[in-house]
Amino acid sequence: MTATLIFILGGMLSAATPMLFAAMGEVVAERAGVLNLSVEGMMATGAATAFMAATLSGSHLVGFLAAGLAAAALSFIFAALVLGFVANQVAAGLAVGILGLGVSALIGKPFEGTTIAPLAKLDLFGLSLLPVIGPIVFGRDVMVYLGVAFVLAIAAVLGRTKLGLIIRAVGEAPGAARDIGYPVLRIRLACILFGGFMAGLGGAYLSIAYTALWAEGLVAGRGWIAVALVVFGTWMPLRIALGAYVFGAISLMELSLQSLGVQVPSQLLSASPYLITIVVLAAISRDATRIRLNRPLALGQAYRNDG
Amino acid sequence: MRSLRLEPRTEGAQGAAVAASVIAVFATLIAGAVLFSLVGRSLSAVLYSFFLQPFASWNGIGEILLKAGPLLLIAQGLAVGYRAQVWNIGAEGQLIVGAIAASVLAIGFDGAASPLLLPAMMLAGGFAGAAWAGIAALLRTRFNANEILTTFMLSSIALQLLYYLVSGPLRDPMGMNFPQSILFGDAALFGPLIAGTRANTSLLIGLAAAIIAWAFMERSIQGFRLVVGGLSPGAARYAGFSEARSVWIGLLVGGACAGLAGVGEVAGPLGMLQRNLSPGYGFAAIMVAFLGGLHPIGIVFAALLMALIYVGGDFALVSAGLPNATVTIFQGLLLIFYLASSILISYRVVIGARSVEVSA
Repeated sequence: MTATLIFILGGMLSAATPMLFAAMGEVVAERAGVLNLSVEGMMATGAATAFMAATLSGSHLVGFLAAGLAAAALSFIFAALVLGFVANQVAAGLAVGILGLGVSALIGKPFEGTTIAPLAKLDLFGLSLLPVIGPIVFGRDVMVYLGVAFVLAIAAVLGRTKLGLIIRAVGEAPGAARDIGYPVLRIRLACILFGGFMAGLGGAYLSIAYTALWAEGLVAGRGWIAVALVVFGTWMPLRIALGAYVFGAISLMELSLQSLGVQVPSQLLSASPYLITIVVLAAISRDATRIRLNRPLALGQAYRNDG
Repeated sequence: MRSLRLEPRTEGAQGAAVAASVIAVFATLIAGAVLFSLVGRSLSAVLYSFFLQPFASWNGIGEILLKAGPLLLIAQGLAVGYRAQVWNIGAEGQLIVGAIAASVLAIGFDGAASPLLLPAMMLAGGFAGAAWAGIAALLRTRFNANEILTTFMLSSIALQLLYYLVSGPLRDPMGMNFPQSILFGDAALFGPLIAGTRANTSLLIGLAAAIIAWAFMERSIQGFRLVVGGLSPGAARYAGFSEARSVWIGLLVGGACAGLAGVGEVAGPLGMLQRNLSPGYGFAAIMVAFLGGLHPIGIVFAALLMALIYVGGDFALVSAGLPNATVTIFQGLLLIFYLASSILISYRVVIGARSVEVSA
């Protein structure tokens, strides 16, 4: 029983990490007013690139960096479309996402069926030997802790710094921000690239830390759940992180229930993250006022500098 | 000082729309060529097997028509919603649900030779697809839930539902435990449209949908309301157009078309219910809708183009050894270039001296 508990709680942190990174990147982009639906494709590209880079170089760090850069490059295409060519953000996101999925399959093809050593688990502060709490909290790999750090950092930057204020201004009233003199397009570009980099890291975690392999369909909808998490968390990083950890726990449910001997059709368990996403989305969105208060005003709207 | 600027157009530009599509196709070819030469494939082999080989045989042309049918049908339905800014991303799931509904009838009435079976399957499939999309419509109108996310989630759920059904309740008891249903009897199958090919009646349904969609969008009051709602939600609200009704119509129409396409697959080339119902028609149709400029006629051409890419991908796999991901890459690139070149539709390139305000 204790072993199961440790497995669920500890695994929850790891399972949540890919979605956490992707959602943190997406919230920055959305706060700046850009709806980027290509997260799934960016994560996939990141995952494939990371696996390739880590396999060829033998270093996880290289894998993560390569993944971040690759996904950022993909997000640059998206940025060019919505910022430069004033394209419909939904269509552009879907197009780049599909491109990302295709590119990931192409990159990962030669490496299918191989495996590498997963990212090592740490022994933070030497406390991982504590009973129960030890392995759960202090024995995870470095990206889990980095994820937590990013959540806190992004929450602080968005909520309490001038940079965060500028980003939010660009997302609420880009015309006014431009009139004050802020380079709206450049800020949005930076936010989109950041979002891409983070999504790449999230995808990389899947292929070189969580399950040390690459296969098509590895991301399995996590990118879309990350986008949903941003809505659940009403565009606030701390709430989004909470949602990510809850989803991490849910994604472990399949294995946990099986180990507890509960008989549920596997397809129902596979569908459960999506079912729960819908239910929570409906529950949160129901209060239209809350959504209206928190949703960046200019989210998804096309913007031109002389518009 | 000479400069290159983009100026908003004040009147529509039909020529620009076609030009944008042509530019997009060429740009895709070039980008694809670059990409594949990087991966070490011969450019001519890629281009030949992808874009020319499908036309070289009657079989190839038949396959293009076969693939174009569902793409055309689904895209027409989706476009009705997209023009109203109702973003249905779950066409794949609605297709699956439609296929399931039709299959239940085909399996339940297996052995019956009634000419009513096929129309009943089509009705059931259309209704099921519409109902599946209707869930998202309800979530949007009652709970204000973003339909992009709900339709996608429902699509993933539908896939799991399919897997469950073909592994259990709908599995062929004499099928050696394969996750698929019985083969449908003749009364539950579409006949071939063009002898010697696999193209079937779903293509006709798609063309009929194109005409109906055109009539609806261009000539009906409700179509007008949908379009206005998409162009300017504020204006639509002021005019008293019901946003909820637009959401319902947009999603139900898209769902029904996708459901019908699902019927076309199980009663057509597949002849049974199985795990692999469609090569991503639901998602490809989203691209087809955008590529066609959300216009019923444009979508016809876009569907043919997308079908060509699919079939070309199959040929390329066999003759040039290109992986299946190539299809996805070409599709993504095409839409990306189309979105980029579409800026020419709304804006005009102006080369000239910078204009200077002169006050008299």
